[in-house]
Amino acid sequence: MKVSEQWLRDWVDPAVSGAELAAQLTMAGLEVDSVVPAAPPFEKVVVGRVVDLIQHPDADRLRVATVDVGTAAPLQIVCGAPNVALGMCAPTALVGAVLPGGFTIRKSKLRGIESHGMLCSAKELGLAESSDGLLPLPPDSRPGQDVRALLQLDDQLIEIELTPNRGDCLSMEGIAREVATLNRCPLQLLPDDPMPPRLEATFPVTLQAPADCPRYVGRVIRDVDPTASTPLWMQERLRRAGVRSLGPLVDITNYVMLELGQPMHAFDLDRLSGGIEVRRARPGDRLQLLNGTVVEPDAETLLIADQNGPLALAGIMGGEISGCSTATRNVFLESAFFTPASIAGRARRYGLQTDSSYRFERGVDSQLQRRAAERATRLLLEIAGGQPGPLIEAVAQEHLPAEPAIRLRPARIRTLLGMEIPLIQVEDILRRLGMAVAIEVDHWLVVPPSSRFDIRMEVDLIEEIARIYGYERLPGKRPLTRMDMQAQPETQVPVDRLREVLIQRGFQEAITYSFVDPAFQRLLDPDREALALANPISADLAVMRTSLWPGLLKALIHNQKRQQSRVRLFEQGLTFVPSAEGLRQDTYLGGVISGSALPEQWGLPARPVDFFDLKADVEALLALSGAAESFSWVAAAHPALHPGQCARIERAGAAIGWLGALHPRIAHALDVEGEIFVFEVQVSGVRAAQLPAFQELSKFPVSRRDLAIVVDGAVSAAAVEACVRRCGGPLLREVRLFDIYSGKGVPEGRKSLAFGLILQDFSRNLTDSLVEETVSGIIAGLAEQFGATLRV
Amino acid sequence: MEALPELIQAAQAAIASAGDPAALDLVRVHYLGKKGVLTERLKELGRLPAEERRSAGQAINEAKQLLEAALATRRTILEQAALDTRLSSEALDVTLPGRGQQPGGRHPLSRTLARIEAFFTSIGFTVAEGPEVEDDFHNFEALNIPPQHPARAMHDTFYFDDRTLLRTHTSPVQIRVMEQQAPPVRVIAPGRVYRCDSDVTHSPMFHQVEGLLVDEDVSFTDLKGVLDDFLRHFFERDLAVRFRPSYFPFTEPSAEVDIQCVICGGTGCRVCKHSGWLEVLGCGMVHPAVFEKVGIDPERYTGYAFGMGVERLTMLRYGVNDLRLFFDNDLRFLRQFQ
Repeated sequence: MKVSEQWLRDWVDPAVSGAELAAQLTMAGLEVDSVVPAAPPFEKVVVGRVVDLIQHPDADRLRVATVDVGTAAPLQIVCGAPNVALGMCAPTALVGAVLPGGFTIRKSKLRGIESHGMLCSAKELGLAESSDGLLPLPPDSRPGQDVRALLQLDDQLIEIELTPNRGDCLSMEGIAREVATLNRCPLQLLPDDPMPPRLEATFPVTLQAPADCPRYVGRVIRDVDPTASTPLWMQERLRRAGVRSLGPLVDITNYVMLELGQPMHAFDLDRLSGGIEVRRARPGDRLQLLNGTVVEPDAETLLIADQNGPLALAGIMGGEISGCSTATRNVFLESAFFTPASIAGRARRYGLQTDSSYRFERGVDSQLQRRAAERATRLLLEIAGGQPGPLIEAVAQEHLPAEPAIRLRPARIRTLLGMEIPLIQVEDILRRLGMAVAIEVDHWLVVPPSSRFDIRMEVDLIEEIARIYGYERLPGKRPLTRMDMQAQPETQVPVDRLREVLIQRGFQEAITYSFVDPAFQRLLDPDREALALANPISADLAVMRTSLWPGLLKALIHNQKRQQSRVRLFEQGLTFVPSAEGLRQDTYLGGVISGSALPEQWGLPARPVDFFDLKADVEALLALSGAAESFSWVAAAHPALHPGQCARIERAGAAIGWLGALHPRIAHALDVEGEIFVFEVQVSGVRAAQLPAFQELSKFPVSRRDLAIVVDGAVSAAAVEACVRRCGGPLLREVRLFDIYSGKGVPEGRKSLAFGLILQDFSRNLTDSLVEETVSGIIAGLAEQFGATLRV
Repeated sequence: MEALPELIQAAQAAIASAGDPAALDLVRVHYLGKKGVLTERLKELGRLPAEERRSAGQAINEAKQLLEAALATRRTILEQAALDTRLSSEALDVTLPGRGQQPGGRHPLSRTLARIEAFFTSIGFTVAEGPEVEDDFHNFEALNIPPQHPARAMHDTFYFDDRTLLRTHTSPVQIRVMEQQAPPVRVIAPGRVYRCDSDVTHSPMFHQVEGLLVDEDVSFTDLKGVLDDFLRHFFERDLAVRFRPSYFPFTEPSAEVDIQCVICGGTGCRVCKHSGWLEVLGCGMVHPAVFEKVGIDPERYTGYAFGMGVERLTMLRYGVNDLRLFFDNDLRFLRQFQ
């Protein structure tokens, strides 16, 4: 809502500056977004009257005007504007004038003819975005008068960002009411004595949807002057409010809407037949709107119609055929109350948002319609003449909003605001807001004015009291609270510790969008159908991620393209996987690495990352559970991963994640450099932790035996180790795999695994024979299960 | 036979010229070993007449002690010299960087979230979470935003179907918590939220932290106190904070909270649009209609709720000037927040 300060001060004129006024409004909940001058600075522009006009001898498009600017000698000015005419008044920039943009007017010669100034358009004065000729000033303007003074341009526009509950402030009167309340100033209301009818003429109105439109006020006005034009002052006020001037009939309805907040419509009476019906749309209804589009309204849409069909989308936009034009002589004025529920959302449905629908959606004072109709009539008669008929009013009283009498308890004010506001002050605030206040035994009964349709409950009143009293005057208190100790379950690893482990191991945390490119995701996770957005912001952010990998790989690509070849990123967040039981939204932790294993440095040889680098990182995560042995790594297949470098991570038999090399085919398709390794684990699967349980320490020394065995190349290290542990009996404390070898000395297709076996007993020193017994048991077990032989 | 003084002199010369512990040991063996020169002389004492024996023995013993002391001194010197040599050969350029992995860092938004959580958990709030794919009831209806409410148009919601959407704020977590838990309630709900809007100052995904406290006798002044405290602690500055009336369908009274601009100190700059103030929070007293939706008696209980934008707080705290940087995940950006 753009408010001209000058116009506002016609209504209410508190003794505060414009800046103070803006600050007041902001602190009262009407947030001022900006305060800008109504016109950019310019000077030495005066009213000029064209007293002679001849064709330029050497240029078809130029004319030479003799312009009276109030000085003894008129000026000769060359002008190219199409609308320059003998007798017209226009803004005239004198020699030495500085126009917006720093453009200085000098004496000049145009095609050989001297020009002593410039006749200006609205655009040249910074008053409009575009112009198609000179700005015509009233013909009775006094030549030489300063144009800034004539147009009262020394004004400020206060742009207010109104919250949706304050529909009552979508008008000058509404804002003025607030300013008057805040400053305890009188409000200068418009004259509202009714315009006496000069005709009998009426037009029938029927309310067929009274719940949607409980009040419809209309008036016939005949014989308006089709050549009348909108007076300059009204054009200026419309311009400052951001409303285009479209001829006097439309301008007057818009002007009254800006003044009072009542959207109005002017029909060309001669285009109407039968009578006005306010009804819901029916199948087959079609309507061409003022903006040219044709709509077929649905059954929830409220229409203004006559016997021939729809005339307007009620409260949203008028129709092309019944609208006023320069030929209109007889007018039917509409001033109706449409309920917010009947308009809300409808304009959007047709891709529209109009000043009218915006107001009706937020609410219009249901008692305002007659006053607005009278005001519009008065302006119309002043500007375009005409003969008014009597006001026509169709009303369904039972559907008009009830006037609430709200119970307000002092104790409740204290509870909610946390401080005592003296009762007398509360009453004063309510009365300043135009509320009727009746004092009962232990409470008040408060009736808000019809303009404050947003106030329905006790808490609404308390907010008003706080707002006018001033939020800044309410104290702040430190919380006083029960000291309830919070549970810290030790069997759940805090998510921050998971993060911390990865960070310590060189990872940077990433945050990527939860919606991804469907094609990209299909490449990585072809087997799962992603949840698709109905209204994505773009085609590459159209489906919800089923995995963290699309986002992480996108981040990797972003970095590789910026010479960052060493990448270690992780992300924690939800994935969205549709399933038979509904959508699963589970937290995952995922990561990607590529480039060199370590930052480039002097002391260690450079090498690229591999599978086991990332596995170590993930093992460090799993170790936080205190139950590393509860996880297993299973060679498995994943469509995004290298078939030979892919592990499914399981815990107690349930899959909780994946780790592997990005499949070379996908890496090629993504055009990424080097080998890429990725992992992803379900956070709930990793967080479950085991409470440490102390085990006695042995007082006896350990014995170590190293054992190198040869098994088939396809046998997994984990299987061999499990066998060693099983066969090792109670003395075997630890098994350390310290070497793997295949090649010379080991038969083709087989490999050698070397284990360090750590043995210890709790009750005695181990003898060689006990150690030998254990080791040979292990060898026998390995031979039996895997056909293992000792490496010689 | 050499006279004792000359012998001592020769031995001392030999000790002094021994260049390393091995050479010194040879000198020791030569004079003091089992068959050393002095040892032999002691053995020969028996051949001396009895009256000379005593004084001669004493002289030899004194000479022996003298040489032992000289040997020990010389050994210490040689050992020290050897150690010095070794130490100087082992000297490192201590300015060389350490070896191995270097730590990474938290995302700046996650860093801010952690700080916010720390402030509020320190005064008894717990952290609550909720789904990001939400239903219309929790995101809107239960928050007193019925269908067609003008506030919905301001939310630019991402939809999946008529009833399912991406949450547009963290406020639905309020509802989920109150559905599960009777008062007193003290939670904060950090998380991702989504709006169908993307330009220089809007990201389709961003982060909020919601706060909710419900108890008997909770008032607007409590809300003012806690947010005032939070903002001063968050920015570690004694900055001006102002509460300004505003409107949210799920709170009443509602307020927007501005801080004195941390960039210009309140004198006016581009960031605060020359107002001297920055809007950082929305808050208010829980609306009775919300309590009714979750079955809490609004006569007995009151509560406050607040919601803050994590990106905005992070940008102001660290001077980040472009929202989009948070989601590019450029390592050159992320490394600045180690």
